[in-house]
Amino acid sequence: MSLRTLPLLFLNLGGEMLYILDQRLRAQNIPADKARKVLNDIISTMFNRKFMEELFKPQELYSKKALRTVYDRLAHASIMRLNQASMDKLYDLMTMAFKYQVLLCPRPKDVLLVTFNHLDAIKGFIQDSPAILQQVEETFQQLTDRYGGLSDGEFQLIRQTLLIFFQDLHIRVSIFLKDKVQNSNGRFVLPVSGPVPWGTEVPGLIRIFTDKGKEAKKVEFKHGGHYVTAPKEGSFELYGDRVLKLGTNMYSMNRPVETHMSGASKNLASRTQEIIAPNPLAKEELNFLARLMGGMEIKKPSGPEPGFRLNLFTTDEEEEEAAVLTHPLLGLALSLLQQDQQRNKELARIMGEFEVTEQPKQSASKGDDLLAMMDGF
Amino acid sequence: MFRRERPIPLRGSAAPLCNNLSVLQVPSRNLTHFGVVHGPSAQLLSAAPEGVPLAQRQLHAKEGAGVSPPLITQVHWCVLPFRVLLVLTSHRGIQMYESDGSVMVYWHALDSGDASPVQAVFARGIASSGRFICVGTWSGRVLVFDIPAKGPNIVLSEELAGHQTSVTDIATEPAQGQDCVADVVTADNSGLLCVWRSGPKFKLVTQIPGFGVPCPSVQLWHGTVAAGYGDGQVRLYEASTGTLHVQISAHARAICALDLAPEVGKLLSAAEDTFVHIWKLSRSPESGHTEVEHCHGECVPDTQVCGARFCDPSGSSFAVTGYDLAEILRFSSV
Repeated sequence: MSLRTLPLLFLNLGGEMLYILDQRLRAQNIPADKARKVLNDIISTMFNRKFMEELFKPQELYSKKALRTVYDRLAHASIMRLNQASMDKLYDLMTMAFKYQVLLCPRPKDVLLVTFNHLDAIKGFIQDSPAILQQVEETFQQLTDRYGGLSDGEFQLIRQTLLIFFQDLHIRVSIFLKDKVQNSNGRFVLPVSGPVPWGTEVPGLIRIFTDKGKEAKKVEFKHGGHYVTAPKEGSFELYGDRVLKLGTNMYSMNRPVETHMSGASKNLASRTQEIIAPNPLAKEELNFLARLMGGMEIKKPSGPEPGFRLNLFTTDEEEEEAAVLTHPLLGLALSLLQQDQQRNKELARIMGEFEVTEQPKQSASKGDDLLAMMDGF
Repeated sequence: MFRRERPIPLRGSAAPLCNNLSVLQVPSRNLTHFGVVHGPSAQLLSAAPEGVPLAQRQLHAKEGAGVSPPLITQVHWCVLPFRVLLVLTSHRGIQMYESDGSVMVYWHALDSGDASPVQAVFARGIASSGRFICVGTWSGRVLVFDIPAKGPNIVLSEELAGHQTSVTDIATEPAQGQDCVADVVTADNSGLLCVWRSGPKFKLVTQIPGFGVPCPSVQLWHGTVAAGYGDGQVRLYEASTGTLHVQISAHARAICALDLAPEVGKLLSAAEDTFVHIWKLSRSPESGHTEVEHCHGECVPDTQVCGARFCDPSGSSFAVTGYDLAEILRFSSV
């Protein structure tokens, strides 16, 4: 709907990705200098000038699949590698976190404060790199220029566009379930208490006026919630107290990125559905990706810098289990994007015949068969 | 007191758009029709009194150039003197169908001519007044279509200029007597309300300024405009003069829908704060002022409501849709 949404979507999802990677790098005891290099490389790729220029052009939002490919590339902008299963997990966590933040924004324009919270944290990751810091501050300026003067109505349209993008995503996230901000059915909790948005009055009052405009009567009514006035407005300046906590880093050493597979089979079913339905717009999306990633400068690892693999799961065994269930399907999805429509239909038909079972061993052999089939094309 | 009735399942969840529920009551056939926008498709279904779904149909926005299938912005039944039409607005244009959605009788493509590249083009805001159907657009223009008693010979009769920002909603009421001054009100994203008198040539009666806060939903009852705003306020104005009569701090988040049960003067307000409120409008016999009384508040837990309508003329039952919810929730008074 709104053509101004992509920069906000990209930057906030990117911010969440960095929070998760940072936490997992520390949990896996990756040496500090390697971890710093990874974050620096990713951030510098994200905020590359040419890339930002493409991002800020007015355009519709593309599909989740297309956007996912951009993050795949971004996550591999450095010496770190992620298996498909870990990349899936990462993307699930990122999208559900930002969906939560958009849904709970008190005012539509607060999504800009959420974006600033992410950027503030990103600046914290690259304090020692003035060149990258400069890139981030330039992006801050661009955001202020483009969004600072938008009306409430335009932000409402942006909000609706983002929510449409996240419609029907109900992946359960352990940290949300624990904090009771998400129900066991995957729906977020919408509190009916706390401060009202800045600019809104606490509900409960009916005021009746005379023809001359004088207040004739005041009547209270029982609203049903327990609201209080907003204490103060968050700052939209380059530096300032954002007030809003949405978009700040919710992971820490005491609250790690939880990785157990609760509800994984449900997630798989919905993901399989997404993949089996052939995407007739793959060509348009490929053009978009080419434009966008053309601006991405991926540094090739040079010299004796050895790469390492990051695991979003607690153990290698857990990651393998997840990989075996999802990898063949996703490998297929990525190739679906690259092949033409006729082949899409043929692959989709074959996919339709592939049954997902709970037993890892059985899936592994079927997965191998599919991979062999793909090699044959 | 209201109790929850059996919900009606939907094929797809409701999109997070305002005014995302249209209801057509057909008392003669003991049926109620519901219309909900999912995204690139809209679902129509009819249900018996107990909420048992009987028939359903999905409509899509007419395709055109673009990256993805065009999104529908609103679906709404228009009751005209001799026929009922179903109108569907999207990012491409305006589609009009026979009331069961079976046959498209008219298509109007939106002209994106003077849109800047950063502006989204769409139609939104649908209401009928006499033999006219009014539809709002992204630019603020309101298109007025002249509808014949039957057949597809629909003509764009006028384009109303009054709004500078996207139209959000339109409300009408039957002309209140011969000397009726105002029977149509249009609202936009800046909160501006335009009050019109319908006819072969529409006349702008008055403008009620907004203060930058969008007005997503508006209703008209006995010469009183009821407007719901993005800051949770509901305000009642004298339609002919624009005088503010009542200001209600009704909700803690943006209002997404208003509905009226005109026979009894009941107003329904629903918002993103998960609440639905019912109000009784009346005119005080001594002062002649419009008065409002709060009747009932209903919380729909953890649901960002996006549409709400009364389901019967006496306002004793209502239906609600919510973002991400694949069912229509129903409530009736005990």
